[in-house]
Amino acid sequence: METAQETIQQTEAKAETSKTFKGTGSQVLLNGLIEEGVTTIFGYPGGAIMPIYDALYDYADKLEHILVRHEQGGIHAAQGFARASGEVGIVFATSGPGATNLVTGLADAQIDSTPLVCITGQVFAHLLGTDAFQETDVINITTPVTKWNYQVTDAKEIQEVLAKAFYIAKSGRPGPVLIDITKNAQLQLEEFPEYVKCNHIRSYRPKPKIRIEYIEQAAELINSAKKPFILFGQGVILGKAEQEFKAFIEKTGIPAAWTIMGESAIPTSHPLNVGMLGMHGNYGPNVLTNEADVIIAIGMRFDDRVTGRLDKYAKQARVVHLDIDPAEIDKNVKAEVGVWGDCKETLPLLTNLVNENKHEDWLAKFKEYNQQEIDQVITPELYPTGDEMTMGEVLRNINEICGGDAVIVTDVGQHQMVACRYANFNNTRSNITSGGLGTMGFGLPAAIGAKYGAPDKTVIAIIGDGGFQMTPQELGTIMQFGAAVKILILNNRFLGMVRQWQQLFHDKRYSFVNITSPDFVALAKSYYIEASKVDERANLRQALETMINHEGSYLLEVMVGRENNVFPMVPQGMSVSEIRLK
Amino acid sequence: MSTENTLEHKTTKADFDGKQEYTITVYAENRIGLLNRIAIIFSKRKINIESLNTSPSEIDGIHRFNIVIQEGYEVVRKLARQIEKQIEVLKVYFNTNDEIIWQELALYKVSTDEIAEKVTVERLLRQYGASAVVIRKDYTVFAVTGHREETDALVKALEPYELIEFVRSARVAIIKDSAGFHEKLKEFEAFEPGEELVENEFLEKGEKIFTM
Repeated sequence: METAQETIQQTEAKAETSKTFKGTGSQVLLNGLIEEGVTTIFGYPGGAIMPIYDALYDYADKLEHILVRHEQGGIHAAQGFARASGEVGIVFATSGPGATNLVTGLADAQIDSTPLVCITGQVFAHLLGTDAFQETDVINITTPVTKWNYQVTDAKEIQEVLAKAFYIAKSGRPGPVLIDITKNAQLQLEEFPEYVKCNHIRSYRPKPKIRIEYIEQAAELINSAKKPFILFGQGVILGKAEQEFKAFIEKTGIPAAWTIMGESAIPTSHPLNVGMLGMHGNYGPNVLTNEADVIIAIGMRFDDRVTGRLDKYAKQARVVHLDIDPAEIDKNVKAEVGVWGDCKETLPLLTNLVNENKHEDWLAKFKEYNQQEIDQVITPELYPTGDEMTMGEVLRNINEICGGDAVIVTDVGQHQMVACRYANFNNTRSNITSGGLGTMGFGLPAAIGAKYGAPDKTVIAIIGDGGFQMTPQELGTIMQFGAAVKILILNNRFLGMVRQWQQLFHDKRYSFVNITSPDFVALAKSYYIEASKVDERANLRQALETMINHEGSYLLEVMVGRENNVFPMVPQGMSVSEIRLK
Repeated sequence: MSTENTLEHKTTKADFDGKQEYTITVYAENRIGLLNRIAIIFSKRKINIESLNTSPSEIDGIHRFNIVIQEGYEVVRKLARQIEKQIEVLKVYFNTNDEIIWQELALYKVSTDEIAEKVTVERLLRQYGASAVVIRKDYTVFAVTGHREETDALVKALEPYELIEFVRSARVAIIKDSAGFHEKLKEFEAFEPGEELVENEFLEKGEKIFTM
């Protein structure tokens, strides 16, 4: 009798603690987001996602929703959030145009390996395929630009699909995931089981078990090298392997150069950080790519902007390639040793097996080339003697004011290359830029997201006059939610990068690059954002200090030289060793 | 500046050397939309799929795709990796024709009158390994199973006699040197990936690569 009573009590207690939940698909979705640790959502409501927004009304204490002004702004903000914080970025959008407006951001996140979970509303399941109001085939439109996507038509699928979405988005090589949920599934009332996080999918291998023999082969090659050279990309940051990477380069003494996606993985000032690779990268790293005897590529994918002409790229070098994505190894550059794995795991193993070294003579070569670049390019850019201001001197002032601690978010174009070249970074995840896709309009919304992802940091959005005019509507988001983003417009009254190419390769035929701008200061002020404009050097430093020290958001427009070019440059179709200093 | 045409060196011969027929075998989950995910990997690179078959595999619930393309080894290898990277794909193999056993099925509809008057059915059946599926007063349907050349040969033979309809199925192929997927699946379902799973052709470097 007593034992039976006990059993009943135990069962009751169990029922209370087991977290079954009776509610709608929308509620169970939001519960799932909270289980996954989500706090911030960027989104825009609409007809087909209204049940989710209705549920969200009751979750205001747990989930902060930032109402953007356009879904593209929403997804770029989520990217900025993910890049600054290392967490998964979340976007809500409605069906039809809401969903199609996400496509640019998805493509950007896909090529730059940014973890996102996007939730789109969809018309009722019984209307699918009828060309219903705001119906669009989101799954097929987004298939090429997502790591995974899924359409939910029954609320009972939501928990499992959401758990898979988070697992897929952030594991292995991260990427964007989209879940399309029909309206009936959002409304469906069910008794749901406890939310279970996903950590295994049988058809998906985020990372392999490390094979030590390939580490040994890599170590042997590295130990035999006279002129080894490390090229690192965002994989180091995505793998949260900055410390492991630092230990590896410091033991081996090998000079290391970064792709723009890998910048800030080690501090700019690190003695083995020899600078930037690629089209507008530094002189030494490009030229010496074609002299190195062993190249160690870590978490980078030999993009064409990095390699220049591929059949004249590092042909003399034996290549070790460490990557978590086996499809990247041998894709563009043949690797003699491919080390497939998470660099957080492979780097320490490799560090154990490599010899301590200094490579002083080899490092000195980088310094020689660097001196040439300083004399011919960097000094004139950072300390110009002419009347016109340069983008480089603006960056130098920012470095002096922030000391390398700011998060720099850039748009795309000349200012982006200048910012990547000259900004100083002390901390990882400090350089946020649209690398692979080159999305103009990325900067402002991404900076908003970055501020939510790194609330304690100064976030500076550096944007050109062209790119700013692609997503200026997000000033409204700043106005309403108060993200303290510092917006720095470098205005040269041209679409500068295209103009530079037209000057160099199209006989100065300036075809539709002459862009006019509104009064940016007045525009910002109309959104109640403090703003000012500088057109002479004497006021630059003070204006930058005012912007950075201002408590809230601030917009500063700096008028820079109209026809300045970014150098060095590897012209398209040329080898990295044919890099031009002017 | 540079007169170098970038398009030009993109299409240097290296990429196109040694084009031949490859049969790609994909083991995957049976899920809506996966066919599209796989198909766009080819169309993205402007590669034509010569033949595509989806069918169940030796394992319940796992689907098997056979895809035939004309490409060079390097290209096929990269394609295979891109396919294998898709979340719902378990494993991809690619093989040249000498590494597989394959068949295609073709059906031929001809006028019975024509065929009865002008050729002997018996000769067709014997010479082309055809079988008569249906014989009606108005038409007859033959079936041939075999390689492309064999099914094509009968098209030629029947051309003079009013070939009313012709259709050929996609290729289905069995990999000669394969022990099937049962053992592999256990590895995939295991929580910790075993050595077997780590097997990957770029690591192995051997010829054993795509021959399980």
